[in-house]
Amino acid sequence: MHPGPRPPHLQPRALALVATGGVLGTLARYAVARLLPTPAGGLPAATLVTNLVGAFLLGLLLELLSQAGADAGRARQARLLLGTGLLGAFTTWSTLAVEVVLLGRDGRPGLGLTYGVVSVLSGLAAAAAGVLVAVRLRRS
Amino acid sequence: MSAAVVVGLALAGGLGSVARYVLDGWLTARRPGPFPLATLVINVLGSQLLGLLTGLVLFHGAGDGWRVVLGTGFCGGFTTFSTASWASVQLVRAGRRDLAALNVVGSLALTTLAAVLGLALAAL
Repeated sequence: MHPGPRPPHLQPRALALVATGGVLGTLARYAVARLLPTPAGGLPAATLVTNLVGAFLLGLLLELLSQAGADAGRARQARLLLGTGLLGAFTTWSTLAVEVVLLGRDGRPGLGLTYGVVSVLSGLAAAAAGVLVAVRLRRS
Repeated sequence: MSAAVVVGLALAGGLGSVARYVLDGWLTARRPGPFPLATLVINVLGSQLLGLLTGLVLFHGAGDGWRVVLGTGFCGGFTTFSTASWASVQLVRAGRRDLAALNVVGSLALTTLAAVLGLALAAL
């Protein structure tokens, strides 16, 4: 029996890169959360800022990498470490979802809904802005 | 917050990221297609788990250290906002505004529902 080559998501080197980026991204997210504590019943600014910065940087990174050529070698390592690992872990969806629900539970359902909708729409805009900046950098 | 909790949080975040990468690769290999289904499934699962953990702290007085390690660490590293946003942008660029809208609206609706379900499970 020969199992054939391992799929990419089971290669030890890839897993190590994702784990390293994930540790750093999680620590960075935690640091931002400590610096910007959410006031009781208020807008969770830390999560919003983290998610928008992360979405912008991921758009920028992935577009720059795709312009640079094939997803192999150093480019692939950079994508796994910085994209999948660091920025993937820096941003979070679970905290966003729970914060939306907790705002509703605290009697602020309108603020919760606004926070959720503003997050996803501005996340889209932030990722698109990152892509556009990468395209501009390429042209200049 | 103690140093042990910060170390645990960081390691759990790395583990959550690896779990996301492996599950994403596994799901995408089985259900290939333009829609980023794997990221959506991951975000729904992670939101439900964080809802459950938050409920255990709120309703049962579970230790906050566990919520930080498993919630902020593991669930935070497992779920991702940047990949979901980038995937929607790619769908728009590919002319699939319908799927992009479905991803944006579906992600928010399903993860919120999953978080409610997690909290409700903890309240039982």
